Amino acid sequence: MTEPGDIGSSAERAVEGVEPAGAEEKAPIVAGKARKGMFGISGTGDTSGFGGLRLPAHVAAPSERPYGGWFDEVADELLAAIREQGLPADTVQQITVDRGEITFFLRRDNLVDVARILRDDPALRFELCSSVSGVDYGADAPQRLHSVYHLTSMTYRRRIRLEVAVDVDDAHMPSVVSVYPTADWQERETWDMFGIVYDGHPGLTRILMPDDWDGHPQRKDYPLGGIPVEYKGAEIPPPDQRRSYS
Amino acid sequence: MTERLSDVTTGTDTSATGRESDPYDASSRETTEGTVYTVTGGDWDEVLAEAAGDERIVMNLGPQHPSTHGVLRLVLELEGETVTQARSVIGYLHTGIEKNVEYRNWTQGVTFVTRMDYLAPLHNEAAYCMSVEKLLGVTVPQRAQTIRVLLMELNRISSHLVALATGGMELGALTGMTAGFREREEVLHLLEFLTGLRMNHAFIRPGGLAQDLPDGAEQKIKDFIKVMDSRLPDYDKLLTGQPIWRNRLAGIGYLPVDACLALGITGPILRSAGLPWDLRKVEPYSGYENYEFDVPTSNAADAYARYLLRVEEIHQSLRIVRQAVDNLTPGPVMVEDAKIAWPAQLTIGADGMGNSLEHVRKIMSQSMESLIHHFKLVTEGFAVPAGQVYVPIESPRGELGYHVVSDGGTRPMRVHVREPSFVNLQSMPAMCEGGMVADVIASVASIDPVMGGCDR
Repeated sequence: MTEPGDIGSSAERAVEGVEPAGAEEKAPIVAGKARKGMFGISGTGDTSGFGGLRLPAHVAAPSERPYGGWFDEVADELLAAIREQGLPADTVQQITVDRGEITFFLRRDNLVDVARILRDDPALRFELCSSVSGVDYGADAPQRLHSVYHLTSMTYRRRIRLEVAVDVDDAHMPSVVSVYPTADWQERETWDMFGIVYDGHPGLTRILMPDDWDGHPQRKDYPLGGIPVEYKGAEIPPPDQRRSYS
Repeated sequence: MTERLSDVTTGTDTSATGRESDPYDASSRETTEGTVYTVTGGDWDEVLAEAAGDERIVMNLGPQHPSTHGVLRLVLELEGETVTQARSVIGYLHTGIEKNVEYRNWTQGVTFVTRMDYLAPLHNEAAYCMSVEKLLGVTVPQRAQTIRVLLMELNRISSHLVALATGGMELGALTGMTAGFREREEVLHLLEFLTGLRMNHAFIRPGGLAQDLPDGAEQKIKDFIKVMDSRLPDYDKLLTGQPIWRNRLAGIGYLPVDACLALGITGPILRSAGLPWDLRKVEPYSGYENYEFDVPTSNAADAYARYLLRVEEIHQSLRIVRQAVDNLTPGPVMVEDAKIAWPAQLTIGADGMGNSLEHVRKIMSQSMESLIHHFKLVTEGFAVPAGQVYVPIESPRGELGYHVVSDGGTRPMRVHVREPSFVNLQSMPAMCEGGMVADVIASVASIDPVMGGCDR
């Protein structure tokens, strides 16, 4: 194990010219749903002409260098360490900088190795896994289930985000509990709510819902439920059946 | 219909046999796991006598138990009085807020998130609004930021007071409880005056605040500070030097800094282990860099240190409140963008609170466009550009983070809350295993989980 400042430690490493090297053309990371029209009206009811409006689904765009600030430094160190460890070149699929936050889109296979590099590398030192959350981008998105990790470096006061996308039919990804024990409950919650199976988790059981619950409530195709309410003579439908404008 | 009142009121068995049956009898039944006792009070000796030959007892504590800090259920494996294994079971207060928010517009989300951690509603509102503002790319006016800081610090005081009060109650220091709740009531009265509600304020909104502070707010806050200054020394007299309190807490619930980092523990627990990690200092938001305050730390890493830190943080919060009152400069409390800011101000009319009469007159009889604008903003809401952000703030319990994802619509795609209660509760086994049963209560009280936030 190299210590910070040793010869060959990543802090001393030459860092220029490393890029995420995707071997083949990757599928875009869809993060949203496509929309059409404007007022939720279709057919002859639309007198505004806005019914023909088409908005494609949001795609998280890859960023180009320089990312700005310390983002380049962290990206360089991480990519160099990945290469040094002999992990596949396309482990980091994409890097996105948006609203002052950097996101590394990772392939799931080497997630644990990358997490260990991020925690232990003297130049990275992301000691704290702040949050693990799931996101379901809806039935239309390819690889709709995302597992999102927010890591904090207390040494350097930096925050990064890791994101791993999986198909709903093959919703498996490795558990990072062996690197970040705090992910234990958070991965259980994500399993409970989204049905993402974290392989290698010490006890992946439901945590918020009862043990015998069917389905995963925060998936987009799981209904919210509710009953209509009568208010001053009018019937108000439950929230998920009300008119939605977006 | 009978004439006898006793027949119609309750379901209590008033028959002769019912009266004679012992309500405190510990019944037992045989299961595949062994004998399961249902203990209802007063007969612990009996159970112990019967189970004397066995090496281990698995005891269930809660979720309806006055000492478990809310609807928290603890499953303890005991060897005599020593806890060999402890696990917590949560989810009894799961209300599906994160899912519900996905079906409301961005502004309505505030009303939901304020109900999660019900002891720190303003921190939840502020963190949620800051994440929406980050997605929108808007900057909140100076006065709104100052008022947010003011409200958050008042809220921190009330939350820490409840932590002391319930912690005291769970350990039998009932005077600590009555004192803590008395002072908390002062904070709630003040918050009611400032925001209109004691709890669940929904006062902080994306873009600023729902309303400016009422007239006379500064005087009320200064009066409150005077009251607190006179009463806070009582806590030192009542608890800090008290030998029973110290003996119950000192050395209990030990969690060093490396364990804190591994388990993701933040807030007073982490600071009690010696790391001065307070997001108000290390990643300032809402203008916290302009306030002078200290981050108290300790290196005892036990429940007593956490108690001392909470008391000290109350003092520091009062310091910030004082500076915030002095910093208040007149100005807008909402962004100027009419596509985000609520069009109406609220006033109290003859029929209760509602939109101001002036505004109603304008939209109903003067400007059709204003009416359309009001209607669209209130029913449809505003669209937020697609993307995701993570905004952490320092809540009374630690890092409260909002991971908010927008797909470009008028409703959130996903709102995930990194709740400090949820994460910190994972440290319960590390603090309790190997100790005595009575110390489990002290440890859990020093974690100060709020189950509304934990289960969301």
